[in-house]
Formats: sequence, C-alpha cells, structure tokens
Amino acid sequence: MNLLKLIFLFLLLLLVQVFILNHIHFRGYINPQIYILFILILPARIPGYALLLTAFFTGLVMDLFTDSLAIHTASTLFAAFCRPAVLRLVTAGSKQDSETDPSFGSIGGLSLSIYSGIIIILHHSMLFFLEIFRFTEIAQTLSRIFQSAIITFIFVIIGFALLEKRAGSQSR
Amino acid sequence: MRNLLQFIYRYHFFLLFVLLFTLAMVLNASRQHYKQAFIWHSANTFSATLFQVRANLASYFHLRHVNQRLLEENAKLLDRLEENFVVAEDTTRIYYDSLSQRRYTYTHADIIQNSVTRRNNHITLNKGRDHGVLPDMGVITPYGVVGVVKAVSSNFSLVNSLLHSETMVSVKIEKNGHIGSLQWNGENYRIVEMAYIPPHVELEEGDTVVTSGFSTIFPENIPVGEIIDWKIRRGETFYTAKVKLHLDFNNLAHVYIVKNLMQEEQEELENHASPDI
Repeated sequence: MNLLKLIFLFLLLLLVQVFILNHIHFRGYINPQIYILFILILPARIPGYALLLTAFFTGLVMDLFTDSLAIHTASTLFAAFCRPAVLRLVTAGSKQDSETDPSFGSIGGLSLSIYSGIIIILHHSMLFFLEIFRFTEIAQTLSRIFQSAIITFIFVIIGFALLEKRAGSQSR
Repeated sequence: MRNLLQFIYRYHFFLLFVLLFTLAMVLNASRQHYKQAFIWHSANTFSATLFQVRANLASYFHLRHVNQRLLEENAKLLDRLEENFVVAEDTTRIYYDSLSQRRYTYTHADIIQNSVTRRNNHITLNKGRDHGVLPDMGVITPYGVVGVVKAVSSNFSLVNSLLHSETMVSVKIEKNGHIGSLQWNGENYRIVEMAYIPPHVELEEGDTVVTSGFSTIFPENIPVGEIIDWKIRRGETFYTAKVKLHLDFNNLAHVYIVKNLMQEEQEELENHASPDI
C-alpha cells in the first residue's frame, strides 16, 4: 500500500466512522470503532515514531468529531504502542518474517484474527476505562468492552477482506 | 551526553509513546474545565459546520414525525386559549394581575450532534452566546428534560445530556407530589433512575414523573416519564425507582432552551441564607 492509498483509506474510515457507525447502536450502547482498522493495516515496515504519530493524529481527529476529549487519542496510541509486539507474537511461529504487512494473504486468517482481536481488546479496554473512569461500574464496563470488541472485530475482519479483494482484483 | 543520546535513540519508541500518552492524558484531564477545552469539542467551527450539514440532510427524513409532534403541541396550546371558555357566572370577573412577572423565556434550537452510547453523552446545539444562551440554562422538549447547557461559543452550545453522570434533575411524582432526584445509571438510554423516594410513598406502575421546579434550571411540571419498577437497594433506606423516559434521545432533533429570568435572584438568596452548604 502506498501513501496515497493510505490517505484515501484514512478519509474513508473517518467518514464511515463519524457519519455512519457513530449512529449505530446495537442494544443501545454497542458502538463499533472501525477506525482502528487504519492502525491495524499500516505496513509492518513503518518506523516506530511514524506509527505512534499516526496513531496520535488518528485518535485526535476522532476525538474532534466525537466530542470526547483525548480518550480516542490515548487508546489509539496505546494500541499502536502494542502493535509491533503483537505482530511479532503472531508471526513468530510461521515461516514469514515479521516484515510482511498484515493481511489474509501474508500471515493467514488465523494469525490475522488473533492479531486484530488482541489489538481491538487492548484499544477498547483503554477507551472504555478512560471514558467511564469509575471502578464502581466495573462489571458493566467489562461487558461493554467485550460486546463492543466483538462487533468491532467483525467489522475489521470484513474491512480486511474487502480491501484485500479490491487490491487483488486490481493487480490482475 | 553521547550516552544520553544513544539511550534516547535506543528507546525512542517507548519514550515517544510515554510523551504522547502524557499529552493525551493532560488534554483529558483538562476536560473538566470546559471553557479551556472548548476548542476541542465539536462546537468548534470546523466540525460543527460539518455536523450542521449532516443535521440539515437528516432532518428531511424526520419531517413527518416532527410535523406530527408540532400538531400535537399546537392542539395543546389551542386548548388553553381564552375563547374556548365561556364565563359560567357573570358575577365574578377575572382580571389579569398586571404585577405578574415573566419567569421563563424559551428559545428553540436544533440538535446538530448527539449521542446515546457513551457513559457521558453530550449534545451540540446550533444556538450560542449570540442568541442569548448561557451556561446552566435548561434544555427541554414538551415531552421531557433533555439536559443542561455546559458551555457556549458564539454560535453553538454544548449540553450535558440527561444521559450524563453529572446531570441530576429534581423531579416529583405527579399524583402525590413526592420529590426525588433523577439520574442515569449508564445502562439503557430509555430508562433513568429516580432516587430518594421515602419508603412510605405508595408507588404504582405507570405513575407519571414530572419536574419539580425546585431547581433554578427547569420549569415545573414538564413530564419526564413513567415509573416501571422500584425497590429498596441493600443498605439504603429509600426507594430507587426505574423511570421509562417519554423522550427517545436517539431521534431528537428540535429542542427548547429555557432561560429562567429569576435564576440569579433565587440562587443568591439560597446561597446567602445557607452559607454552610
């Protein structure tokens, strides 16, 4: 993926998140956060500082559009910080080195799912704890994290599949 | 010096993370001071304008519903017109007291940004300081309480929705006048909790809950919802009742901002009389 495509993807995810998904509420409060796909899909070769700055900027833009001051920034940053370690973890057993970009084709469906799942759980945990910031409501918070993470996970996997299909048909 | 630079270079990923994360946390902490943080909220011109465009588009899809509500409101107001009443006895005459003072004024506003999914939900309205909106004004519809204005910019205002942990509304049960306080527990956005109802009060399913008018923010007798369940929680001596809201926060589009012309006077007296609190 080149830079232009990434910028296009960023804008697309922003629009989908702000104008569609932020208005979808499963069971009243479950709100998918598809924009995390942007952090997940960044090339593996991206330097550390660029990864963190990208995450910071992505989160900040989300905060600007959702009235939530800096909680998206902090949680996206946290997800980006954990990303290299998680990516190394899921690609360790396989023959591919950790330099391959995360996608179905490169690291396989199972590894991709584990990788996305861990990052999404980390991101959502940070997001909901920062938002609620009360330990008296911990059971409710955990159930929110879990339920929202599942929905986001489904959206992210669909996102990966669609992008890959598109890229595949273009190269042919 | 060289060692330090080497150290920074070696751990730059971690150090940069700590730096940016601290920055985010500082921003997050400043959320309490709404006025300083205001630039980050959607009431800042750029995103507010975008949301206004979306709200304009979306409002077309609600027109039928909104018209229906307006008709109902109109019917209610027509019902109160003087012409509808015949004087039953001609020995008494009604004079309107010219000394009566106006207490509340209303401004209508459109919602351009709203949410129901978070623990603390905010609403952005398209009226601001230039339209006479000030912090601590109430926001209502004829079907219930919406929230309290928290901060204003010149053309927009930010409202703490009823679905916010800091919003508390003084309410009463319509049939017997017993008061309690209304707060959202963060679960279902259609249901809020009314706390501090004494245990001797007889409650029934379907009892209407209205605003008490005790606070300086909301006028009296705005319907809020109906009681669906109540119990005494462990370790407490009061009933906590579940109240189903008449208002569906998810499809709100038009609201009224209430200005209480006597707010300052009442607050001044209350603060003056009870300096301990």
